Amino acid sequence: MTAPLLDVKDLKTHFFNADGVTRAVDGLSFTVAPQETVGIVGESGCGKTVTALSILQLLPPRLGRIVGGRILFEGADLTALSEGQLRGVRGNRIGMIFQEPMTSLNPVLSIGHQIAEAVRIHKGASASAARARATQMLDLVKIPDAARRLDDYPHQFSGGMRQRVMIAMALACDPKMLIADEPTTALDVTIQAQVLKLMLELKAKTGAAIVLITHDLGVVAETCQRVVVMYAGRKVEEAPVGQLFAQPAHPYTRGLLASIARGKAGARARRLKEIPGMVPSLREPIVGCAFAPRCQFAIDACRAQLPGLRPVAGEPQHQAACLRIGEVLAS
Amino acid sequence: MTGAPILSVTDLKKHFQVRRGLLQRTIAEIKAVDGVSFALAAGETLCLVGESGCGKSTVGRLILRLIDATSGDIVFKGESITTLSREAMRDKRQRLQIVFQDPYASLNPRLTAGTIVGEPLENFDRLGRVEREGRVKALLARVGLGADALNKYPFEFSGGQRQRLGIARALALSPAVIVADEPVSALDVSVQAQVLNLMMDLQEELGLAYLFISHDLGVVEHIADRVAVMYLGRIVEIGQKEELFARPRHPYTRALISAAPLPDPGAKRERIVLEGDVPSPMTPPSGCHFHTRCPFAVARCRAEYPELRSDGGAHRFACHLDL
Repeated sequence: MTAPLLDVKDLKTHFFNADGVTRAVDGLSFTVAPQETVGIVGESGCGKTVTALSILQLLPPRLGRIVGGRILFEGADLTALSEGQLRGVRGNRIGMIFQEPMTSLNPVLSIGHQIAEAVRIHKGASASAARARATQMLDLVKIPDAARRLDDYPHQFSGGMRQRVMIAMALACDPKMLIADEPTTALDVTIQAQVLKLMLELKAKTGAAIVLITHDLGVVAETCQRVVVMYAGRKVEEAPVGQLFAQPAHPYTRGLLASIARGKAGARARRLKEIPGMVPSLREPIVGCAFAPRCQFAIDACRAQLPGLRPVAGEPQHQAACLRIGEVLAS
Repeated sequence: MTGAPILSVTDLKKHFQVRRGLLQRTIAEIKAVDGVSFALAAGETLCLVGESGCGKSTVGRLILRLIDATSGDIVFKGESITTLSREAMRDKRQRLQIVFQDPYASLNPRLTAGTIVGEPLENFDRLGRVEREGRVKALLARVGLGADALNKYPFEFSGGQRQRLGIARALALSPAVIVADEPVSALDVSVQAQVLNLMMDLQEELGLAYLFISHDLGVVEHIADRVAVMYLGRIVEIGQKEELFARPRHPYTRALISAAPLPDPGAKRERIVLEGDVPSPMTPPSGCHFHTRCPFAVARCRAEYPELRSDGGAHRFACHLDL
């Protein structure tokens, strides 16, 4: 295996406010190989977005801080870079797409200007070269009549079109990696299908690795090669996508998959499997497995200490942080 | 469907005027709902699906008379409620309730859960204080909120719990029909399952009928008895869930079903990716509204709007072609 493009090691990102510390990400490790698509899934508050913001060092100043761990990207530790050096990475080596394109685009600048700006700053391109690149990028993301739409403003585009513009902008500098945080969550399902298809096409064309952050296991199943499942700021399972869906080994992953509403034609609506209880508060330090209070397999040992990651069924690529893998798989 | 429907709408229309300028002249008209008809039987779940702007939420609001229809008729329990006075309508809403998508925005942040659920009882039921309190406690317990919920404020609940609270409030006056507008869309999937289970249990217990508005086909396929698919203000297909999912007749329904990502990486299927965006409802395309994105469109589709038709059964679709 070649050296990973991104190597996150024991990342801890905590938020500090008046009433205490929130351990949003608490000891997360994962890697992304060049040209790989890795999904990070989990429910609200599991730390997946904070992970993205940590990699890019875009945490809200004063509130959020990386308190431990390293983020190696192309061999350099991003946590040790100066703000100036980081600027050379963000938007250049690492592209970003966020959930709501309207709030991530500047409403008073034309989209051509916004795409060209990144190219001028990062690549030192001339104004006309940058504009040509912007046209080319809009064309690439299949915005009809690209050259003419360059001077349009974000509000003149539909939601799906805006997300295409974001993708064009993120890829304009030929990044090695694209971080996409819920890129299709705000879109209608037919538009979501268009945008996901486009992302995969462009990935094949440009060879950029993708870190796809989402709560939607359907999106993960259809786009990712490898999946990291997060719960309460920690990784509970990691596996190649086929493995994860065929043989989920962590009780949380199982619960998540079972609770997805999928109609079975013919049968009158049956009860869905629920995960009882709620996500724990990240304000209190969590002893043992964070999922133990909601887990039907939990034993005393689960509550006593944090279970480390262990291989599932002898597959080194498939790991779960659970003491009871054997019982879970047998159930 | 057996017996008379508990709720039916006939040729329901809602046109919004777009006004501009100093004189507020009408410059355009948005046909948010443009001739929608369906019937809901007691104890049944009819799902209204479609993408943003298709008019599904407007239909829900029209039925509750939160906004007034431009034309058409709404019949609830055999009585037309389309033009009832505010006063008379308030009375009807005891049996016709709504649950909204965002429970945080639809619950008064300054009232405790007990007051929120108790308010409808106070307004309509002549119960004593003690009786009322007992009923509120029973309602909260029924939706899975503990007795300690009584004195808590909405912000003290999680999203799923707030939606339970919204459901408890809707149930307070023993309604016959609940319009549920994207009730689980804002919730995480494991919590979605909890709320959907609760809704199905309550339906069984209380014989509720749901008009369930959703964009999520997974949820719809799970909870629906019948499904109506909307596109730009009109129903393009309506039928029994099993039939509609197994053999969708309208190309839009097909695309919608095929576009929903499945949590199964091994699933091999033909994905229909529609080109383009939903057209603006201000300037809907001529003929069949869907023809601009339809891979099968022929000349007739551009000229003539297809009426809903069937192959003899209850499954109806608005398409000129026999796909």
